[in-house]
Parts: sequence; C-alpha cells; structure tokens
Amino acid sequence: MEGLLTGLDTFLIAPFRDMASLPDFLLQVVWEGFVSGILYALIALGFVLIYKASAVFNFAQGIMVVFSALVLVSLFDLGVPAWLALIITIGVMGLLALTIERVVLRKLVNQHEAILLMATIGLTLVLKGAGQLVFGGEPKSMITEELGLSTGSTDWEVFGGFVIFQHIDIAAAVIAIIMVAALALFFSRTRIGRALRAVADDHQAALSVGISLNQIWAIVWFASGIVALVTGIMWGARSDVSFALEIIALKALAVLILGGFTSVPGAIVGGLIVGIGEKLFEVYWGPMFGGGVEAWFAYVLALIFLLFRPQGMFGERHIERV
Amino acid sequence: MLYREAGQFKTTYADDQALLPIAQDRIGLLLILIVAFVAMPMFASEFFLSSIMIPFLVFSLAAIGLNILMGFAGQLSLGTGAFMGVGAYSCYKMTTIFPDLNILIVLLLSGLFSAAIGVVFGLPSLRIKGLYLAITTLAAQFFLEWCFIRIEWLYNYNDSGAIEVPQRMLFGLAITGPHATPITRYLVILSVVAVMTLVAANVLRGRIGRSWMMIRDMDIAAELMGIRPLFSKLSAFAFSSYYCGVAGALMVFFWLGSAEVESFDINHSFLILFMVIIGGMGSLTGCFMGAAFIWVLPVILRAIPTAFELDILAATMEHISSIVIGVLIIFFLIVEPHGLARLWRVGKEKLRTWPFPYAN
Amino acid sequence: MSANIDIAGMSNSETQTGAQAQADAKEVLLSVDNVTLTFGGVKAISDISFNINKGEIRAIIGPNGAGKTSMLNVINGFYHPQKGRISYKGKTRKRMKPYHAASSGIARTFQNVALFSGMSTLDNIMSGRSLKMKRGLFWQILHVGPARAEEIEHRAHVEKIIDFLEIAHIRKQPVGKLPYGLQKRVELGRAMAMEPELLLLDEPMAGMNLEEKEDMSRFVLDLNSEFGTTIALIEHDMGVVMDLADRVVVLDYGQKIADGTPSEVQSNQRVIDAYLGVAS
Repeated sequence: MEGLLTGLDTFLIAPFRDMASLPDFLLQVVWEGFVSGILYALIALGFVLIYKASAVFNFAQGIMVVFSALVLVSLFDLGVPAWLALIITIGVMGLLALTIERVVLRKLVNQHEAILLMATIGLTLVLKGAGQLVFGGEPKSMITEELGLSTGSTDWEVFGGFVIFQHIDIAAAVIAIIMVAALALFFSRTRIGRALRAVADDHQAALSVGISLNQIWAIVWFASGIVALVTGIMWGARSDVSFALEIIALKALAVLILGGFTSVPGAIVGGLIVGIGEKLFEVYWGPMFGGGVEAWFAYVLALIFLLFRPQGMFGERHIERV
Repeated sequence: MLYREAGQFKTTYADDQALLPIAQDRIGLLLILIVAFVAMPMFASEFFLSSIMIPFLVFSLAAIGLNILMGFAGQLSLGTGAFMGVGAYSCYKMTTIFPDLNILIVLLLSGLFSAAIGVVFGLPSLRIKGLYLAITTLAAQFFLEWCFIRIEWLYNYNDSGAIEVPQRMLFGLAITGPHATPITRYLVILSVVAVMTLVAANVLRGRIGRSWMMIRDMDIAAELMGIRPLFSKLSAFAFSSYYCGVAGALMVFFWLGSAEVESFDINHSFLILFMVIIGGMGSLTGCFMGAAFIWVLPVILRAIPTAFELDILAATMEHISSIVIGVLIIFFLIVEPHGLARLWRVGKEKLRTWPFPYAN
Repeated sequence: MSANIDIAGMSNSETQTGAQAQADAKEVLLSVDNVTLTFGGVKAISDISFNINKGEIRAIIGPNGAGKTSMLNVINGFYHPQKGRISYKGKTRKRMKPYHAASSGIARTFQNVALFSGMSTLDNIMSGRSLKMKRGLFWQILHVGPARAEEIEHRAHVEKIIDFLEIAHIRKQPVGKLPYGLQKRVELGRAMAMEPELLLLDEPMAGMNLEEKEDMSRFVLDLNSEFGTTIALIEHDMGVVMDLADRVVVLDYGQKIADGTPSEVQSNQRVIDAYLGVAS
C-alpha cells in the first residue's frame, strides 16, 4: 500500500510539483515543444495537402523536406546567391512535382490506397538514393542568415527567471501561421481549391465534370513541395540538414492520426499536441523510464487516442454500410 | 510443351486440393530441394553460403511472416524489424538462462514471445483499419527498439549493449557461435525454413487461412458469415509475429553472430516490406522471390565496379541500388501490383496453353 | 418440419388468395417487434413490426431510402436498433453480434456484391463452410488426417452447390474478374454453403438482364422448395416480387405502410401513392 502510494506520487503528482516549482523552466520546455510541434505540423500539412487532393498517402513527404533543403544548401555552396538558390529550388520542386505526376501518379489512377502508399515508399527510396548520390550523405548546415533570417535570440524575464526565444523559432511560428491561413483560403475560396476537393472525393466523377486530374495533382505536389522547402529551411536552421530527418518525419504520421488525414487545422493542432506533449513527457516523466522516451511517445499517444476515437479529432463518425 | 497437365486426371477431391496439383510442379520443387539440401553444401563456397544463401533464407522467413499479416490477412505492418528483435532477444535470454536446452527448441519457443507481443500490438486492429493501423505497428517498432536499448536485462548487462551468440551443440556439432561452419548453419536454417514454409502453406489453405483472406477481402461480409474478427485478426498477428520472431532469432544466431538494436530498426522493417511488395502480396513463392531479389540485387550491383575495374565507391553503388529498388517498386506497382509471383504464374499459364493461347 | 416445407412449396404455385390465412397457422421463424433505428438524428427505421414464417418467401419492398437494407442489417445483427426487439426461433437477444446471427442460421447476400475478390469461386463458397469446420490449429498445420478429411467432406458439399447453380466452369477462377451476373450467383452459393434456415437476399437481381433474372428466380424458388430455406428478399423488380413472394411488406421513409399477399399489397392505396406519388 505504501509502495503504491509512493508510486502514484512519483508518477502522477511529483512531475506537476516540479513544473510548478520552476515555472520559467516549464515555459521554456513548452516553447521548445511548441516549436518542434510547428515543424511536425508543417510536415503533416504537406501530407494533408496531397491526401486531400489525391487520396495518396505521401510517405515521401519527409524525404522531400530533406531533398529540398539539400538542393538549396548545395546550390549556395556552388556559389549561387541565396535568393537565386531559393528560386531555383522552388523550380526544382515544381519539376519534381511534374515528374512524379507524369511518371507515377498518372499510371496509378483509381488504384487502391495501399498501392499508392507503397508507390510513395518507392519514391522515398529513389529520392533518398538520388539525394545521397548527388549531394553526399554528410550533414550540411542551413544558410539561415543568408536567407535573411535572424539567428539571434531574445530573453524574456519572467517568474524570477528567464525564457530564451530563438528568433528563428519565432519566424517559424509566424511563417507557419501565414502558410496555414493562405492554404485555408486557397482550399475554400478558389476554383482550384474546389476542384481539389472534388478530385479527392472521386477521381472518376471529377474527371467526368471536366476537372483535369493531372493538372490538379501537379499543383498539389508542387504546393506540398513548397511546404517541404519551408519545413526544410526551418528545420535545417535549428539543427542540420541530414537524412536523419527522415525518421523524425515519421512522427508526422502520429500527428495525422491525431488531427485526421484531411484536416488542415487538425494537422496544426495535432502537431502542437505531439510537440509539446513529447517534450513535457521527456523532461518530467522520462527520467522514470531511463530517458529517450521521445522516440516512441508520439506513436503511443496516437495509438491510445485511436483506441478511443478511431475517426481522429476532427473527423466525423463513419457509418459502415453494406 | 514440357509444362502441360494433359493426361493428369484428378479423380478425387484430395488430388485436386493437393498443394501442387500439377506433376511438373512437384518435380520442380523436388529438384529445388535436392539442389538446396545436397548440391549447395557440396559445391557452394563458404562465402556464397554465408553472405548470400543464409541471409536470403532468413529474410524469406521474415517475408513469409509479414506476408501472412499483410498479403493474406490484409493488415499493414511497419514493425517487422522489432518483432524479429523480440524473437532474437528472447532466444538469447532463454539460451543463457537454460544453457542445456536444445537450441532448436529454444529457437521455436522464442517465436512464442514474439507472437505474444504481436497479439498485444494487434489488439488495436479490431478498432483501427488500413493506414491507421500502420501507426500502431510504428508504435510497436519504436517502443520495442527503445526497450532493446533501455532494458539492460535483455542483453545481460553487456557493456556493448549487444547480444553475443554463445556456442551451442547439436549431435556433438557446433551449430551456433564462432566455431559453427557456414555449412552447418546453412543446413539448420534451411531445414527450419523448409518446415515452416510447409506449415504456412498448410495453414493458409485450410480454415484458418481462409478466414484471414475473408477478413482481408471484405471484413464486413466475413463477419456476417460468422468469422469473429477478434480471433481471426489476432491469430494472424500471432502467426505473423511468430514467423518474424523465429526469423529474427535465426538471423542473430545463425547469421550475424551478434546483434545490437540497429539490426532490428525501422530500415529492416522496410527492407522486409519491399521484399513482400516485389515478391508479391499473398504468395508464399513470392516471399522467396522478393527476398532473393532485394538481397541479391545490391550484392550484384556492388560486384559490378570490381568486375569491370571501375573506380566507383561502394557507397555510390549503395545509393544506386537504393534508386534501382525504388524504381522497381514503382514499376511493379504500375505494371504488376501482385509482384514477381504473379509474373511467374502468368508465365506458367502461358506455357500451359502454348501454342494455342486462346484455347482456355 | 417437412410438412411445412411442402406447404411453402405449394403456396408458390397456388393462387395467392388463401396465403394469409395459411401463414397465420404456420410457425413464425423471425419476428420483428416495434424496431426503431436511428443514425444521429436521422430515423432510418421507425417502429416497424412484421414477421417471417418458416418456409416462406417474404419480400421487403419500398422506394429507395425506405430502410430496407437497414432492416436486413438489423436482422443479422450488424446494426443494433435503439428500440424494439427481434426474436428468432422464439429466442430474443438483446444485442446480437453478426457472428451469433451466422451461427444460428441466418445468411445473407449483399446489395453491392461483397465477394472475397482475391479468392476463387471455389474458395468463396468454401468460406461459407467456415462455421461448420471445427479442426483446430494442430491438424491445420499438419493438414493430414482429420483436417484433410474435413476439407474434403466440405468440398463435396460445395461441389453440390456449384452443380446446383451451374457454375462449374468458373470453379477455379478468381471472382474479381467474373461478370456481374455470375458474381451474384457465386454470392448466393456462398450463402447457401452456410446451410441457412433464413436467407436474406438484398436485391439479388439488381442490374441483371431478363434472362439472368429468370435464372436467379429459378434458383430462389428451387432453394425454397427443395431445401426448405426461408427467404427474405429485397427487390425492385415488381414482376419478380409478385411472382416469387408469398407475402410482401412495404416500407416507405422508414415506416411500414403495407403488409400482406402480393395481390393485397398491389391494390393498397398507400403503396400506390408511395410508388407513383400523390397528387397534391
């Protein structure tokens, strides 16, 4: 009995006591979680864009982030000015979108979801191999300052301590918010946005009312290519540009589970939950397990969530019909 | 011409339901078995056995495990590597705790642990379907990887964090550990894989296998026909994980000799997944074809620079083989989503009706 | 039991006048009492009661969206009604699972063919025997002795069904590639393999041409008279319904608007209104 109580205390109460005793540290942890949450959300956003418009579960989104960042950095290393490198990279992502549409998607119209997923796994391999072949496998550092992003930080004195805000993190948050707003407008207000939703619902029906599948697909892949580039820049600025990111990008899957595959706000909220949740868990509960719990927290959280709400946070309950 | 079943009349249902109803197939399989069991050990070099045949067989078994779950029961899994790890670590723990127990028995028992873990992570499949299920297997993958590092008891508190395979004997012959020859190790693996493949084939064509396929093809109809999804899905998870677990134990004990968590990481899960896709989902033959293809192709590609005396780095060839495999996966999905196994079947079908392709 | 079957068989050929009186005297196989089913706020079925007698062919008709398929789903336990009860063979179960329905002898076919598309015709029909096969894992693994004998015994039964439905030529073909009419036939075979006492057919003749409809009607009648299977079917082709059914229940907007012999239903004013619309 005694043991049980101590156990409950260390597990359920002590972490919160720790949080309350050092509120400035708690705030710092939450902020760190918030920023990595934004990055998860950005990756998830790329997924959602493509899934919404083509019902393709794009496994290659993570590698697209790495790939775009590598293109940008390598161009700069070759002596191309930063602004030009950025434009060329956007062009490369457009070209990639066109190629993927022409070579892969066009051939797989109306196929089963699982087959499309596996095609993007194949795509991941190709991009990974090609990326390593052309740019080499070693990590590179992002050209943050050259792109006009500040690398400094601001201290905020609060609760008798202080919290450090990296400028790049603030920029990431602002850019993410702008991008989400733009995408939401794009989806709800434009003709292409409507066509996107039509394509997502039913390929054949969309074709029959005169929507060009090929055009729509190229557009969404390009859009999520740009999302990937932004993610790559932000992520690269915080750590390095390397292929290790690919594994981390899998966490976006957990984010998608929480937020639903087709919901833009879901991706954001899910990203923040995972980001903040895993930081808090790692810092306050992790030591009880011997640390390193960040590796699985997101997935287990998503798993537990799924058991109670299989349709996701914003999804509607699906009635099965026969 | 040679491959024709004319004149082979089946007069009983038993004949018609045989595993290989066509005589030529039976002869073909017999020839393969003779080559594998007799010719290989006699003529193949040690290098060939230990770096091509042994990994090929290990991966084939793992691919069968994944294929049972994915190809036959229709449940996507990205956690194969971790389930192999469970088998390997339980085999290691058991054989160090009970050193006198026959290693083959330990091997077969270790699959049970993996099956149990598989069932636990399969439980969500009752509520979660399709792509959503991938996440639960990813949770399994990362959580188990974490366990393999953090729970030091699993590797007997070794400083290296690795499991070292101790020497174990069978009929007075070292079959594991540093003194076991490639030929012995090869023969042990081959026997295990052959028997387990037969078992899989039998289960798949019977009541249980059929219930998995029913769930795969139309779960609602299966349920309305009296299949209990709980039992059916969990048994598929258990079976699949058992195979993966034994494959993992074989991999460490008869191939690698020692292993760390890296041997069971997500890249291995993907490797097995590629084997199943390229080989063909829902086909046992395909598992062997896929494993051969994915394992042997990079070996050949790596051999090209030396053969032609080209000055290419090994890493470069590694990247090229990644591209090639990626392209092949896409190619197969477009041209033949059922993989090499289907190509093989179509080829045989063509042979049967040659030279009158419209006769059927 | 056999007497019942004979009566059911005869009532097909008889003029339908006395059918209602006969039905009252017969044993009720399934009865639906005051069943209400809602999805969120939408009422799919409201307060419906009717029964199915042993050995009869019972048709459920109504315009699209009337709740016919939902009714079948309630009967075999796929949906759980909010109100009302269903008794089958005199027993009432609160929340019946599809598994229980299947094991107590209720089989069905589906509106949109729900075959196991990756399996052959033979395997599809064999899958209907799942509940009858009992051999455990041990024998399955060896696939000799009892497991093999069992497999062969059921194969023999399945072959009889294949003969009955005249689909021997497509025995080994994957069902995904078969034409629609044959797929419907295989689906009927799969349900037959369960040797059901009550067979629910959801639009067995939808999308068929006249000839295929005639074939299917013949199978349904033979199944009813030869095997004594009680049949409940949903069908839009009124000609088929009037010829096959002993009794008809008509649904509209989730409510029962008529119940009786085909000729009674045909002349019912509410039914005519539901189908043709009311001049207002």
